Amino acid sequence: MKEILNNVDEANTGEGRTHDGGRVSVRCTVNGEAVELHAYPLARLLDVLREELKLTGTKEGCGEGECGACSVILDGALVNSCLVPVAQVEGAEIKTVEGVADGDQLHAVQRAMIECGGAQCGICTPGMVLAAVNLLERTPRPTEADIREGLAGNLCRCTGYMKIFEAVVRACEED
Amino acid sequence: MSNQNIGRPVPRKEGRAKVTGAAQYVDDLALPGMIYGATVRSQVPRGRVVNITFGEGIPWGEFTVVNASDIPGANAVALILNDQPYLADGVVNHPEEPILLLAHEDKYLLEEARRRVFVEVEPLPAVFTIEDSLAQKEIVWGEDNVFKSFLVEKGNVDEVWRRDDVVVVEGEYETGAQEQLYIETNGVIATASAGEGVVVRGSMQCPYYVHKALVKLFGLPEEKVRIIQTETGGGFGGKEEYPSMIAGHAALLAWKSGRPVKMIYDRAEDMAATTKRHPSRTRHRTAVTRDGKLVGMEIDFVIDGGAYATLSAVVLSRGTIHAAGPYECANVRVRSRAVATNAPPHGAFRGFGAPQSIFALERHLNKVAPAVGLSPEELRRRNFIRRGETTATGQVIREDVDLAALLDRAFELTDYHAKRERFARENENSKVKRGIGFATFMHGAGFTGSGEKYLQSIVGCEATAEGRVRVLAASTEIGQGTNTIFAQIAADALGLDYERVEVVRPDTGYVPNSGPTVASRTCMIVGKLVESAALKLRQTLADDGLLGETFTQEEFERACREYVERHGSLRVFTQYRQPEDVEWDDEHYRGDAYGAYAWAVYVAEVSVDTVTYEARVEDFVAVQEVGRVIHPVLAAGQIEGGVAQGIGWALYENTVWQNGRMANGQMTNYIIPTTADIPPIRVHFFENPYPGGPAGAKGIGELPMDGPAPAILNAVEQAVGVAFDRVPLTPEAVMDAVERELVEA
Repeated sequence: MKEILNNVDEANTGEGRTHDGGRVSVRCTVNGEAVELHAYPLARLLDVLREELKLTGTKEGCGEGECGACSVILDGALVNSCLVPVAQVEGAEIKTVEGVADGDQLHAVQRAMIECGGAQCGICTPGMVLAAVNLLERTPRPTEADIREGLAGNLCRCTGYMKIFEAVVRACEED
Repeated sequence: MSNQNIGRPVPRKEGRAKVTGAAQYVDDLALPGMIYGATVRSQVPRGRVVNITFGEGIPWGEFTVVNASDIPGANAVALILNDQPYLADGVVNHPEEPILLLAHEDKYLLEEARRRVFVEVEPLPAVFTIEDSLAQKEIVWGEDNVFKSFLVEKGNVDEVWRRDDVVVVEGEYETGAQEQLYIETNGVIATASAGEGVVVRGSMQCPYYVHKALVKLFGLPEEKVRIIQTETGGGFGGKEEYPSMIAGHAALLAWKSGRPVKMIYDRAEDMAATTKRHPSRTRHRTAVTRDGKLVGMEIDFVIDGGAYATLSAVVLSRGTIHAAGPYECANVRVRSRAVATNAPPHGAFRGFGAPQSIFALERHLNKVAPAVGLSPEELRRRNFIRRGETTATGQVIREDVDLAALLDRAFELTDYHAKRERFARENENSKVKRGIGFATFMHGAGFTGSGEKYLQSIVGCEATAEGRVRVLAASTEIGQGTNTIFAQIAADALGLDYERVEVVRPDTGYVPNSGPTVASRTCMIVGKLVESAALKLRQTLADDGLLGETFTQEEFERACREYVERHGSLRVFTQYRQPEDVEWDDEHYRGDAYGAYAWAVYVAEVSVDTVTYEARVEDFVAVQEVGRVIHPVLAAGQIEGGVAQGIGWALYENTVWQNGRMANGQMTNYIIPTTADIPPIRVHFFENPYPGGPAGAKGIGELPMDGPAPAILNAVEQAVGVAFDRVPLTPEAVMDAVERELVEA
């Protein structure tokens, strides 16, 4: 633990750090807002988002980076937040499902997921929405193979995926 | 009644909350002063608890500790036989059996503490397989390890074997355990005290099952226990009976600590400790005439129930009734047993015994066909049950079933004949072998036999003074669309806009007992009660002279306002009554097993890579007759999701057991299909209205689980020329069989 704290200090280019019984402060941007987190450096980003920021849209499905229910977009990349130590997000930009809609205006992916029936029980949906959003950011006109690949890290047990694929295609058509 | 909503893809009631992350599941909730709970479990499959040591380095004084002696009422999970304890009392019968409960404010310290409780168990011999249990290597339950048995007889099957005009074909088929793997694990938050009673919020399918269990656990009057279902992230049967256990545990900790207790299982605990689909072994012996008529079927069906009886008798029942399938056969005997082993009790999983027995039958008929020189298709066509004919339990089919038409449509959609012929030709020179196979089957909706009569479900419908309508039912939304279809049904019965109707969150303090959300009964049985209750509400206003035959939305509002002013509230209830023409003999297991069956033909196209031995489903078509489609998107969603689970069961989901414990309890090595694994799944519905269902709808939730596994293995048989008779069919199993064939050839 001590070595990691030291490394974090070295990586730090001058911001003051408080060490409160092992907790560190981590400054980052979440859904467009600058925040300062206070957590143990190896605390999972998933827990910090849910418990400190009360952003409970991001879910735990497995805790081992297999199911994607905890997906967030970190500096433009889709990651499993259950595997990200919070110390790693210093200076980073994070988007959670709460940051996808523009106020009351749903994102095309969200509208399509409702219309096409892409959400059943809804527990995989936040991660799936982010995966689709991220896919379309990287590949605005994905092929079927691109869609399958782009969402392969997000497990759904309810839908059999058919209507999720339809939703992604529908979201592209809207744009 | 209008038809504004039924049959149309109206927006899911809670859809927006789900896509924005606003929907609140139990782990998203907190109560003031809440602490966390954890369970100390047995590491040993069977034995006597001789000592419990609390390890050093943990401030035990800060912890709430609960053991069996802290239970105020009965230490038994109320279900059927009530043989399963909430906490082991000196004896353990399966790995992961709960022994102690701990609670603390700090969930990380709690986990450390859990690992420092050392339970010393003096081991007793255990059994882990159906064979060993039947052989009574050790008696681990009751007098003979048998939780339940059934004998279904029709005609005289013993006479048939002696005939000289029949060919007799035998086979044995096995299915493995399957983990429901809802993406949201089991979890609850409980408050409990002698004064206030018990309140549990949590992820569940059946609030009234939990209610009944906690009433007995605490010895409290019914009004002092309140169960509230929170938004539930998948169930599939895995949250049918299991939540009674976790709810009881959290409530016991709350009772002793005086604090609200949150208990959420992590994935590893959920996979190792909670229920799975019952493993099965089926033996078939079939007599068929040379022109393909099935004249005798003798079936021996055994399921592994794990360590306690729980629901195994009912799983056995459904598997038994579905074992002889949608075929006309004059002489049938089904002998079935549910047996005990020292594994965590197996439980409800979509299909509930039918996928197991249907797998065996649909594989077996593909063995019977060539024995009399017929194609699998032709054998089915010569035996499909029709109106006026009887099932194995002697149920007369009273509707126009046309499985041949479903088969024709499925073959047309998949180009079955052309593909079968092309694959047969091309496989010889290809490293990737292809095959196409099918399964034909039925699935009964609602509780078996007298079950619905026993449940006596009640549904309520109320209207506010502002003219908003609320449906009161215990059926839970678990992703399948309960909230949406109930609102559609009520809105059409009342002639109102869909937006005006809302379905109340299932809370036993507020909704009546409409029975559990299981058995494909939510639409067909409870939906019909919703329809009746809504019609009754409308009639109540009409009887008071407040509403005419037709009316506008505003007139409805005015009528409600007036009624509420006159009478205080507007709330009506209806109760299930068994249709006159349904007769069931529980003692002999004969008669009308189910009010209605959905009928289906599923076709799977597979490829088998002879280098990696992996089998993939390349295309899948699901054709079914379901009475009436209430919501086309939700209905197709049910079929697609069920097919995906069936594909998983067939090819990917292998539970590895070590001394009764699941050794691969992580999502890294218990594989469910991803977007990269699922083929296009094409769904087609036929309609044939069933008068007992709302707008003619039958139940469909479990149907799609029955077809995929046998269709896939039938296809694999064409692809590699080897008959596989067990699921899951792993690449290792394919390799063993194919290499053995090569050696023998």
